[in-house]
Amino acid sequence: MKRFVYINDGDLSPGVYCNNKISNTKYTLLNFLPKNLWEQFSRFMNKYFLLIACLQLWPLITPVNPASTWGPLILIFAVSATKEAWDDYGRYQLDKQANERNIWVVKKGVKTRVQAQDVQVGDILWLRDKDEVPCDLVLLGTSEPGGVCFVETAAIDGETDLKTRVAPPPCIGLTSDLLHKIKGVIECPTPDKDIRRFDANMRLFPPFIDNDFCSLTINNTLLQSCFLRNTEWACGVAVYTGNETKLGLSKGLPEPKLTAVDHMIDKLTGAIFLFQIIVVIILGVAGNAWRLSESQKIWYAKYSLKSSSWYEFLVIPLRFELLCSIMIPISIKVSLDLVKSVYSKFIDWDLQMYDEKTDTPAVATNTGISEDLGQVEYILTDKTGTLTENIMAFKRCCINRICYGETTGDALADPTLLRAVHEHVPEVIKFLKVMAVCNTVVPVKSHGILLYKAQSQDEEALVQAAAFLHMRLINRTASGVDVDFLGSMLQFEILDVLEFTSDRKRMSVIVRELRSRKIKMLTKGADETILPIVHPEQQCRPVIDAVERYSQMGLRTMCVAWRDLEEEEYSRWSVKFKEASSSVTDREWKVAEVCQLIETNLELLGATAIEDKLQEGVPETIQTLRKAGINFWMLTGDKQSTAIQIARSCNFVLPEPEGQLLHVQGRTQQEVQMSLERVLRTLRMSSTEPKDIAFVIDGLALEIALKHNKEDFEELAMLSKTAICCRVTPTQKAQLVELVKRCDYRTLAIGDGGNDVRMIQAAHVGVGISGREGLQAARAADFSLGKFRFLKRLILVHGRYSYNRTAFLSQYSVYKSLLICFIQIFFSFVSGVSGTSLFNSFSLMAYNVVYTSIPVMTTVTDKDLREETVLQNPQILYFCQAGRLINPSTFAGWFGRSLYHAAVVFLVTIHVYANEKCELEEMSMVAFSGCIWLQAFVVPLEMNMFTSIQVIGIFGNLVMFYIVNFAVSMVKWGGMHTIMYRICSQPAYWFAVLLIVVIGMGPVFALKYFRFVYRPNAINVLQHFERMAELASSGTAATESPLRSLEKGSIPLSVSSPNAELGSVYEPLLCDTPSSSLKRGGVTYSTDFIPSSPSTFTLSPYSRFKKN
Amino acid sequence: MSANGASTSDAGVPAKKESKKPKYSKFTQQELPACKPLLTPGWVIAIFMIVGVIFIPIGAVTLLASNGVVEIVHAYHNECTRNLTTREAKIAYIENDQLDKTCNVQLRVTKDMDAPVYVYYQLDNFYQNHRRYVKSRNDQQLRGDSVNETTGCKPEATYNGQPILPCGLIAWSLFNDTYVFTRGGTQGLFVNKKGISWKSDREDKFGSILPSNFPNNQRDNTSLIGGGALNLSQPLNEQEDLIVWMRTAALPTFRKLYGKIEDDLKQGDTISVQIQNNYNTYTFGGGKKLVLSTTSWLGGKNSFLGIAYLTVGILSIFLALVFFLVHLRNPRPLGDPSYLSWNRKAQLTSNSAH
Repeated sequence: MKRFVYINDGDLSPGVYCNNKISNTKYTLLNFLPKNLWEQFSRFMNKYFLLIACLQLWPLITPVNPASTWGPLILIFAVSATKEAWDDYGRYQLDKQANERNIWVVKKGVKTRVQAQDVQVGDILWLRDKDEVPCDLVLLGTSEPGGVCFVETAAIDGETDLKTRVAPPPCIGLTSDLLHKIKGVIECPTPDKDIRRFDANMRLFPPFIDNDFCSLTINNTLLQSCFLRNTEWACGVAVYTGNETKLGLSKGLPEPKLTAVDHMIDKLTGAIFLFQIIVVIILGVAGNAWRLSESQKIWYAKYSLKSSSWYEFLVIPLRFELLCSIMIPISIKVSLDLVKSVYSKFIDWDLQMYDEKTDTPAVATNTGISEDLGQVEYILTDKTGTLTENIMAFKRCCINRICYGETTGDALADPTLLRAVHEHVPEVIKFLKVMAVCNTVVPVKSHGILLYKAQSQDEEALVQAAAFLHMRLINRTASGVDVDFLGSMLQFEILDVLEFTSDRKRMSVIVRELRSRKIKMLTKGADETILPIVHPEQQCRPVIDAVERYSQMGLRTMCVAWRDLEEEEYSRWSVKFKEASSSVTDREWKVAEVCQLIETNLELLGATAIEDKLQEGVPETIQTLRKAGINFWMLTGDKQSTAIQIARSCNFVLPEPEGQLLHVQGRTQQEVQMSLERVLRTLRMSSTEPKDIAFVIDGLALEIALKHNKEDFEELAMLSKTAICCRVTPTQKAQLVELVKRCDYRTLAIGDGGNDVRMIQAAHVGVGISGREGLQAARAADFSLGKFRFLKRLILVHGRYSYNRTAFLSQYSVYKSLLICFIQIFFSFVSGVSGTSLFNSFSLMAYNVVYTSIPVMTTVTDKDLREETVLQNPQILYFCQAGRLINPSTFAGWFGRSLYHAAVVFLVTIHVYANEKCELEEMSMVAFSGCIWLQAFVVPLEMNMFTSIQVIGIFGNLVMFYIVNFAVSMVKWGGMHTIMYRICSQPAYWFAVLLIVVIGMGPVFALKYFRFVYRPNAINVLQHFERMAELASSGTAATESPLRSLEKGSIPLSVSSPNAELGSVYEPLLCDTPSSSLKRGGVTYSTDFIPSSPSTFTLSPYSRFKKN
Repeated sequence: MSANGASTSDAGVPAKKESKKPKYSKFTQQELPACKPLLTPGWVIAIFMIVGVIFIPIGAVTLLASNGVVEIVHAYHNECTRNLTTREAKIAYIENDQLDKTCNVQLRVTKDMDAPVYVYYQLDNFYQNHRRYVKSRNDQQLRGDSVNETTGCKPEATYNGQPILPCGLIAWSLFNDTYVFTRGGTQGLFVNKKGISWKSDREDKFGSILPSNFPNNQRDNTSLIGGGALNLSQPLNEQEDLIVWMRTAALPTFRKLYGKIEDDLKQGDTISVQIQNNYNTYTFGGGKKLVLSTTSWLGGKNSFLGIAYLTVGILSIFLALVFFLVHLRNPRPLGDPSYLSWNRKAQLTSNSAH
């Protein structure tokens, strides 16, 4: 589909395209209520609650006042609707502001000022410096010579550097008068969201006819929301407007991610729902049976003698359904959302994850998935900019068989190279020319200093290095480049740019040297793409050797080549190139094809080597996380030897003999398959040895493996804990993430550049480094960090705590609902199975919404272990990864506890309040108080420490319970009138409550103590050692520092290993989940615990922590 | 080489952007001071000991209080049906208005009972908490706010087309056995029926309104026989039997206060009670008991609390002792080197087992 835009001619396309009114709002005033409600009710839980609330409107079956469900339900809906409405109103205001901006537009040859929303496709817009672009434009003219202008595209891709945009050749040089009158047609694709591509053509009408067609690329456009910079004015024609712009189309919310814990909660909720149905059926049958046999006997209930309506049999089951409906607590969602947002705030606030240098705090963009951080099993990481600084420094080069910088370690400091430059050695000059010209770097003069604006850090480093070697790039326009070499000006006319793409992995520029009028092609690129196209007669060996050596040093290498072109050959090729680059479909592929035609028979000049330093703390971070049982995969676009070198220095792979690298390679399907099988055999054999095996694969082999040997590769992925994938494309990165995800592992992808966005979005957790390649990755990510080393803290501290807290909170929420429900069920057996509610509506509502929600929410400040201890013993993360704190067996524990507690509360209450005391309202409050008091002990027992917040939350809640109920007891017309005063003045009430608490908590407490001391799990052991360290530091033995005692305490690191064995016997509630034991990788875990040298093992992270 | 880097940082300075550094506070850094209790043997043994030490005396005191209560319970539902044996006969007897339901019962006082002696009637197997029953009342009407309001009273809302006051099944099924006490055969024992209901009920829940159109007062043969009739000339808030009855019981076995005898009863006294056995518990096989009881600070006779407290206390001390012994035999204080070696050994064995 194509769109034809008639420039400056509103009559030819009137009203075909939408106007430029931007609308980012989700709702309108009219559809807000239905749309919002529809969205909210698309969730299962909300549907369930609505059903319950509707059933409650039938007075015959409702056991409680419908308000007890409608109240919270409406509250929850109102809160979330208000939030949506507020957000939407904010968006509406912003839209309005943008839409009512005044813009200079040429309408019918006259420049007028109109509101941005009235811009039509085909209008010519005039922008001034620092203006925001209101819609997608094709540039027609600028104030600068050569039709260049500069834009800041931060709003679109987050990149803050200035980008150059040029007017298409036919328009260059037109005066602003002519630009008012310009007419023409632009043939462009229908709007899409690809902000890197604009495959269109333009033809101008007389009198502007220049040549037939002129192809347009993204470099000829100004996209909506960019800012014009360093340019006095620019004008362009609107091609996409309103919400049809590239930005407008690429907006939209990504799929919400659900955490593993969420899935588990969903599953458990489902199980409870089933259980509820079963209970309802059993009680319904029992109730109907009781009714049939007793109804005519209990005359006081006055059942009518006549057979009643058809639905009679449904009434009792439905009543029980309503009575049991609180089994799925309405509060769980609200509390979870609340605590999750607190977790993410903790991440935002964390000073230890704040990067001073770049002023970047950690940001949790996705507030809902912090728990998943604690369950990560695989980290797939980008290399450049993620593990490394992405600050490139030109270090070595090899020109014409001579390698520079070998002795000095820095080619720029090598006197032989400087001498060669001054002596005008032809190869060196050629080499420097390629370095200076073959790039997209824009020199910008500011305050007399020449600055280079580059999109690629490598290119910037090369241009800087060339400038240092006196080949200074001083000016670049769309058509030419000026280079100053030792005072003499070299001018080049740029004929064509054969752009760099991640598939081609090379870039060429075809220039005409103005002095000699000769045409040359300057090429640079990755060695494996340059070497095959080098002139067959040339001796490449020295360069190949040099490249090999450089990459083993972990340097980024690039080959530099050159070709002199004949005028005739170029003009023949040029036609094809123009054709390919003006095609509207498949342009990239066609262009690449054509480029290949001319990129042959190159003269290889040499190779460059650029150093990219490792980020601070990367090896330690990786070591710690690997100890935590997390497997690392490195996915990089860099070449294999560089990748391996970086991998070694990052602790990815241990040096021989502990570590072993296996290569999967091959160019054909057979080769890859054989290689894959060989690697698999080795891996299967050595799977019992505590050996550190990694496999290395490159992009090509990976593509073949993924296509033809998927199963083998999946097995390889599961067996191998470490992988290095080099030369991979963004798509392959995402494919690998999907592959690991399919093996049922929790994945975290971390990267910094636009090429990592897909992988970040595909992974369970995406982490972006707000690095030098722009903010694109950080924007797409769920969490963004300033530096890679913060990942350790993000996972081990925030992820782990979040998981622990959510595990407790969600299970507790179900426990407390079940508790009240079981009491109701027990009560139904002494009330003729008729579905009477023991508790009144107010209490039921307040129980869920207030009394049991507030105390447990203080779990957000709870920590089972100190942060230092966790960072020091990362193995403890295993508890989270294996899902040991929330799984069907822990849940069974909570279920059993609720059943036991319900029995205690019910039995104690009915026995103490028997005979003359058994008044319904009183007994109800006694049982209710029993529940609330139990909660004041259950919650603290499960917490590990008590801050002031927890103390206030838990015991303040208890005090509030009495205050609220005393207040309610004052209401004369309420059912609870005077009840609380009466029971509180009865000693029996207090004795009953005390008895409930002690009988309820005693066994739980004793069991917990027994487990803690005699069957401790790894967490408990570490808690012991924490206490030991505290005692040592505060005790008389002042000489023994906590550090030292912890050092001694490091031995039981391995304690989880015996525990893992005992686990199944002694820790029925902490056994592995079935899913985790299914994983072949997870089982070998325990062998990791044996530290090769215990002292370095623990001491170093601890001392490092102290430094921090 | 770093011209670009320098320029970006230079550009940043003059703009004087506000630093994005998070503010420090103990809460945001999750560093709030906290106390971290561990379940160490010392603490746990102490807690169980303390619980035991507190519970045993409480158990003893409450048991004593319960034992101090003197209680005479007399079931009369079978005795007062002229020794009829079958259920049907009993039902026929109780439903027959024409028969005299008077029945005399002798109670022996086994222990001195100090005044006031409370008189209760106890019903068994009577579901006042039945869903159909418990909601069948209208508090607004009872308060006198709107006497014609009968929502929720079905199926006892109207009688002869007129609203019943008080409406509902509870009021309609009012208990109507009566007891007349005499001591030693001749001396009448006055039963005080004033103040047997909750003060708050009399003042706030029941209004000063006269009952009207109450079906039990206009009994004809067509209506199902309900419970007792009301005094139509006495306002509801003075009809304390009704007020007591309408405080529904939570359990199918319950006692309700009938009155208070404000004389001391001496050991060996014989109390004869003339019972009007009007109330029908025979259709559902429920029992009726007459209860005379003194009271203690804890209430009536109920040894549950005492026994439960004693049991829990003893168990708690027992557990404390067990934990103590286990701790002695197998001590695991924090940081005990033997604990470490146990770990090491286990580690070694598990390794060699691999």
